[in-house]
Amino acid sequence: MDYQVEFRDVSVSYGKDVALKNINLQIPKNEIFGIIGPANAGKTTFLKAINRTLEFIHSAKTKGEILFDGKNVQQIRNVYGLRRKVGVVFPLPVGLPMSIYENVAYAPRRSGIHDKQDLEEIVVRCLKQAMLWDEVKDRLDMLGTKLSGGQQQRLTIARALSHSPDVLCLDEFSIAIDPVTTMKIEDVLADLKDEMTIILVTNLVQQARRLADQTAFFNKSELIEVGPTEKIFTTPDNQLTYDYVTGDFG
Amino acid sequence: MSSEVTNPFETNDQERRGKKIELAVKYSTLAMTWLLIIPVLAIIIFLVYKAWPALSVEFLLDNPEKKMTAGGIWGPLIGTFFLVLVSLIIAAPIGILAGVYLNEFARDNWLTRFINLAVVNLAGVPSIVHGLFGLGAFVYFLGMDRCLLAASCTVAVMTLPVIITSTKEALASVPMSFRVACWNMGATKWQTIRTIVLPNSISGILTGVILQVARAAGETAPILFTGAMISSRIADSGWDAMVPYGLEDRFMALSYHLYIISTQWQNVPESFKFGTAAVMIGLVIAVNSLSIGFRIYLRARKKW
Amino acid sequence: MPETTPDSGSGFSLRRSIQKVVDFSEPAIVGLIHLCGWSAIIFVMAIFYFVFSESLPAITGLEEGLDHAEVEKLDMVEFTTSPKWIPESAKRPTFGILALMIGTLSVTVLSMIIAVPLGLGAAVYVSEFARGRSREILKVLIELLAAIPSVVWGFIGLVVLNPMLVDVTGEPVGLNILNAGIVLALMSVPIIVSVSEDALRAVPDSFREAGIALGANRWEMVYKVLFPAAKNGLLAAVLLGIGRGIGETMAVLMCTGHSVNMPTSVFDPVRTLTATIAAELGEAVRGDMHYHTLFLIGVVLFVFAFIINLTADLIVKGIKVQGNE
Repeated sequence: MDYQVEFRDVSVSYGKDVALKNINLQIPKNEIFGIIGPANAGKTTFLKAINRTLEFIHSAKTKGEILFDGKNVQQIRNVYGLRRKVGVVFPLPVGLPMSIYENVAYAPRRSGIHDKQDLEEIVVRCLKQAMLWDEVKDRLDMLGTKLSGGQQQRLTIARALSHSPDVLCLDEFSIAIDPVTTMKIEDVLADLKDEMTIILVTNLVQQARRLADQTAFFNKSELIEVGPTEKIFTTPDNQLTYDYVTGDFG
Repeated sequence: MSSEVTNPFETNDQERRGKKIELAVKYSTLAMTWLLIIPVLAIIIFLVYKAWPALSVEFLLDNPEKKMTAGGIWGPLIGTFFLVLVSLIIAAPIGILAGVYLNEFARDNWLTRFINLAVVNLAGVPSIVHGLFGLGAFVYFLGMDRCLLAASCTVAVMTLPVIITSTKEALASVPMSFRVACWNMGATKWQTIRTIVLPNSISGILTGVILQVARAAGETAPILFTGAMISSRIADSGWDAMVPYGLEDRFMALSYHLYIISTQWQNVPESFKFGTAAVMIGLVIAVNSLSIGFRIYLRARKKW
Repeated sequence: MPETTPDSGSGFSLRRSIQKVVDFSEPAIVGLIHLCGWSAIIFVMAIFYFVFSESLPAITGLEEGLDHAEVEKLDMVEFTTSPKWIPESAKRPTFGILALMIGTLSVTVLSMIIAVPLGLGAAVYVSEFARGRSREILKVLIELLAAIPSVVWGFIGLVVLNPMLVDVTGEPVGLNILNAGIVLALMSVPIIVSVSEDALRAVPDSFREAGIALGANRWEMVYKVLFPAAKNGLLAAVLLGIGRGIGETMAVLMCTGHSVNMPTSVFDPVRTLTATIAAELGEAVRGDMHYHTLFLIGVVLFVFAFIINLTADLIVKGIKVQGNE
């Protein structure tokens, strides 16, 4: 079977602190892969390891193999190309201090697209996909930072889609936005599944249950259990997992 | 507490005394603050008052004549301008890139601590020692001789630490999340700096650089032995008056001019001395107001 | 290296070409940034190297001109302990910097006696009492003190303070330690105010709130809570003020009276290390003992400044480390 992302015995540490311990995991293509777990379980580190943005944290050390599309990411020479194949959305919305249009056109420009029409097409498509188009179509030259929190988060999603990634990683994207928008974006994600693999780190276990095909449970830097979402939520093998999904955790 | 106290919020004696002490402290520290400011304001007013007879457009635009007893201060004024310009051309790129290095590239290790220490110490080197350095390094070792270029290099080294520090602060005010967002979109480190970090901090950097200009313009000690001269014949009008000094020429400068006419030369009219001092203070105030205005403008159009 | 993707547009585009050049020059630019980053170290070492190497012949000995061929060395004991500075004496030039050091020290100490209380008072007012616009204006005015060029300060001492001191004190000349001390105090106040204000502001508001909750008034809070908490920062402020005083050149050159003298009162004229270099280097012949000795004074100043700044920096860093914990 073709996996989009595969972790083989991966450990990550920040100096003395271990963030991930011997993770083995396969994420198939065109699937929504849910990751749940309490704070400090290593979920965010997991995402950063995929597109090698861990390199920006000087103390971070990675061991083991991470395969992206079958290639070891540590051996990919064009790390910027790798990062463009992975779209990332962080918990807190980040509108860059430039116009809405430029926010979305930023990544395409970096990868060498300068044709006006092409850019416009990408911007419109991504804003529509992120359910933001109707709200901003008349003011594309407004500063991205002046949008509301929920709008900025959708702008962030539009930006993550702008470089047509193979994998879209969402890290607790719904923390800063209202439930209605959250539901809208969840619908979008369900649609996007046909085009890309989605890794959904979430603090809302029910969100994973609604969307994910498979779910993994992380706790204290370790992968406790992974399996089809239904199984994880009804008959998990591990008592910890059961406690967490039923809310008895802690 | 006696039972007679009916109003729990009524102040007791101790509180009342405390209130008095607080007021006393407030007004005495206020008095100390004004004790610093009033003499300076008074001095500035006095300088302008004494300089008034000399102050005129001609005073600014005419060259000094007859051993500084007639004419104006054009030569020193334009010399100071070129000194600042050349030193800025040298120091600004190095200082800004160094600030970029320290804020964007440097890791938390001994080398970075060492560099930061060097910046602090460079800022603390006495100005006259900078002058000795300029003489030894630029004038003699690099064989520039005493000239505008050697003096500018000396002043450039002196202004470097402040440019580095203010650049670092301006860059640090750009939120980390902007950088992370760009890296995640596949932008390289330099692309991120060029497209997000610098455009959003350049005005802060410039404010620091402008302030530094004022300091550089007023310095005397570093140019004493590296290129300043008492008097040189320069053209009174035309292009040669606009650009009177080449890089390898010695030059007149306002600060040195004021030093010379107030300590070395006799028979210089009093209003000329006060006029030169007033012009220097005027320039400093103008540049400072500019940078303050710039800061207010920036705050008004903050992008996030 | 950035990925090269096929361009979607066709034909020549200046913008795209520039983009390509810019993208591919990344390693060069990053290298340049690193080099500039290290420049501060390079310059500090260069300053020490050049000033020290120009002073070296005075220590190791130099062959004096034509009249006598023997190697002449600077007498280091005389250099550090003699109050006599007679560099141009035809009979026997004497290079003792004791009087110059005392001169520097006396002016600096006097300026600190004036500047520290005033600076601390102003810092307390600005950080604890002043609010809003008045605070901004006060800060700007205090910064203005720092912006006035030192030669203008010297001029003020020479033509404004000098006659005033003559009137008030009855001394024949008003160019003395007192004059230079006052001028230097006004010059070093801004740095004392700004560093102290930072130190006071670095004290967490929770300390203030705790103080006020205990019923302390503002003064008790400043005195019992803020000063102890900001102690190190205030010390660093004073040190930086001292550094400024020792290194100041033009103002003290013009205000001290510039005569080599072991002072007995603040009305005595003195001469400082910095002023000696400024006044004499222009006339000293390169290669002469006088010339090299002036550079040696530069080394002394460099080392003083280095120690003071290092100490102040360590103290300030100490605060930051504490604050992070």
